[in-house]
Amino acid sequence: MFFDNDPVLLSRILTYLTLGFHAIFATIGVGIPMMIAIAEWMGIKRKDPHYTLLARRWARGFVITVAIGVVTGTAIGLQLSLLWPNFMQTAGHTIGLPMFMEVFAFFFEAIFLGIYLYTWDRFKTKMRHFLLVIPVVIGATASAFFITTVNAFMNMPQGFEIVDGVVTSANPLEAMFNPATPTKISHVIITCYLTAAFVLGAIAAVKILRGNKSVYHKKALHLTMLTGAVFAISTAIIGDFSGKYLHEYQPEKLAAAEWHFETETEAPLILGGILTEDNEVQYALEIPYALSILAGFAPDTEVIGLNEFPEDELPPLFIHYFFDLMVFIGMYLAAVSTLFVVMNWKKNWNPFNKPLMMMIAAGAPLSILAIEAGWIFTEVGRQPWILNGIMRTSEAATSSEQVGLMLILFAGLYLVLGVTCAGVLRKMFKQNPVEREMHKRKIDNYEV
Amino acid sequence: MTYEVLGITVLWLFLYGYLIVASVDFGAGFFSYYSKRTNKNHVIHSIIQRYLSPVWEVTNVFLVFFFIGIVGFFPDTAYYYGTALLVPGSVAIILLAIRGSYYAFATYGAKESRFYDFLYGATGLLIPASLTTVLTISEGGYIRVENGNVEMLYGELFTSLYSWGVVGLAIVSVLFISAAFLTYYAARAKDEEALSLLRKYALSWAFPSIIMGIVVFLLLGRRNPVHFNSMLDLWWMFVISFIAFAAATWLIWKKRNYGIAFILVMVQYFAAFFAYGASHLPYLLYPYLTIYDGFTNETMAIALITAFIGGLLLLVPSLYLLMRLFLFDAEYVEGRR
Repeated sequence: MFFDNDPVLLSRILTYLTLGFHAIFATIGVGIPMMIAIAEWMGIKRKDPHYTLLARRWARGFVITVAIGVVTGTAIGLQLSLLWPNFMQTAGHTIGLPMFMEVFAFFFEAIFLGIYLYTWDRFKTKMRHFLLVIPVVIGATASAFFITTVNAFMNMPQGFEIVDGVVTSANPLEAMFNPATPTKISHVIITCYLTAAFVLGAIAAVKILRGNKSVYHKKALHLTMLTGAVFAISTAIIGDFSGKYLHEYQPEKLAAAEWHFETETEAPLILGGILTEDNEVQYALEIPYALSILAGFAPDTEVIGLNEFPEDELPPLFIHYFFDLMVFIGMYLAAVSTLFVVMNWKKNWNPFNKPLMMMIAAGAPLSILAIEAGWIFTEVGRQPWILNGIMRTSEAATSSEQVGLMLILFAGLYLVLGVTCAGVLRKMFKQNPVEREMHKRKIDNYEV
Repeated sequence: MTYEVLGITVLWLFLYGYLIVASVDFGAGFFSYYSKRTNKNHVIHSIIQRYLSPVWEVTNVFLVFFFIGIVGFFPDTAYYYGTALLVPGSVAIILLAIRGSYYAFATYGAKESRFYDFLYGATGLLIPASLTTVLTISEGGYIRVENGNVEMLYGELFTSLYSWGVVGLAIVSVLFISAAFLTYYAARAKDEEALSLLRKYALSWAFPSIIMGIVVFLLLGRRNPVHFNSMLDLWWMFVISFIAFAAATWLIWKKRNYGIAFILVMVQYFAAFFAYGASHLPYLLYPYLTIYDGFTNETMAIALITAFIGGLLLLVPSLYLLMRLFLFDAEYVEGRR
């Protein structure tokens, strides 16, 4: 083995692995139902069969990703108790409620997704079938809502007291609606929508790059980039509020993200760069006052520096790279989608030009990368705590000797699932290209 | 009724729900594979597919419900069971993951594949076997608690007659419950060929399931006399279970009322499962953990029960809609839409 058999470290790695893999499918699992709903709605309102077909084909691919989302979600649900028994024993008193409600939301979604997929041609009116996707959207978004409150609680634990190591006077609602909740939930949900828009938009962009001129793909791009622009701009605004939240409640995370050592006003924002061994920042781009403005609207806001905290309570400083990666990609997605919308709106401009299509295509893997980077930033940023300020990660892990073996097994599982999923999706759409389906359903396929 | 008892009753109901819906699913996977291998080509495959496709995801939720619920109501279970069950729990997750995703891959995605069918059939029997570990270790004697460290005694688990008995009971029960349900479904679909094959399966698994039930009952007497004695106090529930079993088998034998026969099978397992659970109380893990010392705080209990009622108000009509569309809709069941 490359590691000592340290259950804490191995448990952390296994949890990263499961969550990192689950996050991909969970994110698009929350976002895609929204996009399907919008497409089906447009199809009905404009009496345009292309949008209805979009919804239909997206839904078909979506089921494959949902399957992986469901099974990896089950995995992380159980792993919480298997790998972190002491954490669940303590925190179970306060987070049992949102976890329970998350399962309800998931149940609701599962029931209606099954119905939705098998009733495309069963109802007399299209509207009735559309109504079935609404519970799917609500269920998907509600599960993101509830499970994110659990994560918010871990960052900002409140709603209980610990007397002699035992949780007393618990208040599950106060725990759920803690100060971290509003920014966290809105950020998670909106970025799920944003990622889904880019993942679906990239499919169309790749088709157009390969010379496909079908109106179907152009409508797909139009829809995904317009919604994408709305979601990207909202993400930026919410991101700004998240910065203010961190300043107020988790200053050590903000300081670590920004390599901000001295407490000062008029603090600059640091972009990029590297950190030397004696904590000197080099090759970075400094934007004067920006950190103070990010933290509290005004340049004279005092931003607390890392030097104020005991060394053994500091998160690792490499989270700066993940923070930057997330922010850069967010900006990139906003710029690309807005550019497309503007070019599409102006007459005589061709929004379907090659460079822009390539940038949109790159948006899909980048947006997933940003999701991962954002989660790594927020999760590693509260180390060494599993319950910020209350319980250390090392106190929470299992004492079992077999975590290493489980890590290998799960890594193998995720590898196989990921590869097969990609293969199945590819095969599914290759065997049934959109042109054939339009022909079969007698939908007009003209080129523009 | 105290909150503790209410909590465990709710959870036990969900576990029972999982037992029924998952058995249908697991057994269906096995029968589907077996009928293909024995060249009874696709006689029952389409019947099974038509039922399972819209509901496979729902099945999974019952299980998630149970283990999230038990940690919510009884956080101390996370500590005891979490540490002890790392390996069997992980194995069960991996099998469930393979089964769930490959089911979706095969049904919605790629063309038929022998390998997928095999995975689906094999996991259908392995998952119940790995999940029963939880019930086995709850009887005590398979776990050692020393200096606050919980350790699973694998040697004891793998050499104990009782634990193998439970595995056997789980597998034959899965096959019996599943065959009884699919017989009913095939009868509704008016698919005579599938009906005769599934009826044969149901009858051939009926006796093994009741015999294993009796064997495990007797083995438990040697394993945990305390539990066994309180089970004897509930003897009448086991009698109900046996009568329901006999009536169900008789109906299937006589080729009539397959729907009632399946309901009787559900009654059979309901009575036995609740008698088993009720007599296990107050212990969640004998002799370390009872429902009283592992219970969550009162506010959380009230919140969970409120959430539970609210959730049911949402779920029951939705489940009803699902069943109306795919189970009780004659045209769908017969494959006409």
